Amino acid sequence: MSSRDVILGRVRRALGGPAGPPSSYGDAIDRSYLREHGGRSVEETVELLAENLADYRAVVHRCGAAELPLLIMRLLAERGPESVLVPPGLPPEWMSAADPPRVHDRAVSTPAELDRVESVVTGCAVAIAETGTIVLDGSPDQGRRRITLIPDHHICVVRVPDQVVSSVPRALERLDPARPLTWISGPSATSDIELDRVEGVHGPRTLEVVLVSGE
Amino acid sequence: MSGTYLGMPAFPEAAHDAVRNTTLRANLRHATHTIRDKRARAVAELDDWARLREAGKQIKDHTLRHLEHYLVQLEESVTAAGGTVHWAADADEANRIVTRLVLATGEREVVKVKSMATQEIGLNEALEAEGVRAYETDLAELIVQLGDDRPSHILVPAIHRNRGEIRDIFREEMGSWGRPAPEGLTDTPAELAEAARLHLREKFLRAKVGVSGANFMVAETGTLVVVESEGNGRMCLTLPETLISVVGIEKIVPTWQDLEVFLQTLPRSSTAERMNPYTSTWTGTTESDGPRTFHLVLLDNGRTDTLADEVGRQALRCIRCSACLNVCPVYERAGGHAYGSVYPGPIGAILSPQLRGTQSEIDASLPYASSLCGACYEVCPVAIDIPEVLVHLRERVVEGGPVTRRGTKVTLKPARGHAAERAAMRAARWAFTHPAALAAGQRLAARTRRFHPRTVPGPGRAWTDTRDLPQVPAESFRDWWQRTDGGKEAGK
Ligand code: SF4
Repeated sequence: MSSRDVILGRVRRALGGPAGPPSSYGDAIDRSYLREHGGRSVEETVELLAENLADYRAVVHRCGAAELPLLIMRLLAERGPESVLVPPGLPPEWMSAADPPRVHDRAVSTPAELDRVESVVTGCAVAIAETGTIVLDGSPDQGRRRITLIPDHHICVVRVPDQVVSSVPRALERLDPARPLTWISGPSATSDIELDRVEGVHGPRTLEVVLVSGE
Repeated sequence: MSGTYLGMPAFPEAAHDAVRNTTLRANLRHATHTIRDKRARAVAELDDWARLREAGKQIKDHTLRHLEHYLVQLEESVTAAGGTVHWAADADEANRIVTRLVLATGEREVVKVKSMATQEIGLNEALEAEGVRAYETDLAELIVQLGDDRPSHILVPAIHRNRGEIRDIFREEMGSWGRPAPEGLTDTPAELAEAARLHLREKFLRAKVGVSGANFMVAETGTLVVVESEGNGRMCLTLPETLISVVGIEKIVPTWQDLEVFLQTLPRSSTAERMNPYTSTWTGTTESDGPRTFHLVLLDNGRTDTLADEVGRQALRCIRCSACLNVCPVYERAGGHAYGSVYPGPIGAILSPQLRGTQSEIDASLPYASSLCGACYEVCPVAIDIPEVLVHLRERVVEGGPVTRRGTKVTLKPARGHAAERAAMRAARWAFTHPAALAAGQRLAARTRRFHPRTVPGPGRAWTDTRDLPQVPAESFRDWWQRTDGGKEAGK
């Protein structure tokens, strides 16, 4: 007998015989919990996102669409990277003012090659106000998971208010489980040493989030 | 080996030594109180907490009741998404499967995400025996691994180490595992974290095989979820060519939507944050993003035996948040090592004896490693009634009765005259020589009077027959807790 059969047989005996498939899962669970917490206007939701991002030590910037290229240029200039990594589908105008050479993540590039790049600029799939979280889903303006992981400095552009939701339930509704997702709340952090919070053990040590409004 | 630390003394002896270790106690007290207070604030932010908790409980109970259905559904959806599913009835089988998969890649090293399931089965040791080196990449696990030590907390496995000890371990041991610690390393947390970053990065960048567990598996979509802080998880899940995940069969949830409950309750209960810094989800393999090969090893190893116990099965709801550890007066004094298993604290006291049986002295004594104060039940985000299960297991140890071992119903003999009885008596004695722990126990004694005779329940009865129990303090638990600042001022 295969271990699969052994385990499934044990499950059946443990539950006192075969259980039919659950009839309607939709009704089986009491979901009277809230879809979002508190009533907020659209502006207040964006404001809460900014607050919660900052609370987790992400650096938050706000600007209009027209100012975005200059802002990105300034943020990169402050770090002075020799090159900057960009996903294939990043809107070209975002980088139109920045001068460091752009590096594209190719399938053949090794992690060690990416390790030599200091900064990465991406968009995002959705941002969650209540928790201060941005979610990446690997769309063309976000690229492979590894590009937002290896460089030490991540600039993430969130289109407000379109990409902002209030809560975790609202975010899950918008996301496609078939894609690999990365949820990011502040920069990499550890509290393993006497519970002192230290930023950046393995992921980017600096997360800058640009909330850009209007198109 | 399936998780019992070799030569581990029964809980009361281990605890006895631990409470004398003042450094350990100071570290633990600081850590548990810090997290505990923060958690209360994080939970208070959500005014539907009680409903989220109830939904989490219902989702898990429903899944357990229909576990066969969801396991089969998960297997189908993972396979459809490009993964391969393996079934492991016990620790040995899981280790054999993983070892075979690793060796088949031709690699001799793997990078690991912190995972209790792989600790439970002793995977690192099994790989080592076949010439494969497993590198732990969570900072705390790294400290534990380099220190040739054991984890002592679910969430903060090196909670028992202070910064000076960590610096010494890094200085002495990093070199023999890879990149040595930088010259002149001091004990500031930032420098220690930087040393770990450099040491581990060379491993991440060259690793071809990653090994992980998972916090959740979604039956409907075949999605696995790992929740973490440091980014080491993302490294291990993303950079290698092959990913092998070893996950207990109880970690299933039926639908994608169910994650909305647990992604709210887990971080707040665990690290007391609104959200942990990183959460990764993956569904099989994705063309040109992440591992090209994905294996899921579904682990039983005593879980179906636990499922067979109608009272005890609620332990399988556990989402490993560690909130129960941080509020437990016994854990705070004894430390995680005293529990002799990868699952310490209140959850360990009910889970380990069910996964492993109560034959060994340590497992027979674990249901006594509690003051039954009930704080663990109150904080548990899936409402596991740990005190109820403890009392139930004590009865099993003392009175015997039907249990399921490796899928077969057997009748446990009463433990009278058995090593377990001696162990339990020592546990009782330990509790009575530590008034703070005992005082904490009185509250539940009052709440669940129907479980408690006037003597110590379980094998301790023989002991209390000939001795008077100490007077129950006139003060309530809460008053005592307030007055003594959580037991800090209340003597040993
Ligand atoms: S038993 Fe409850 S409180 Fe303890 S670790 Fe598990 S889920 Fe958390």
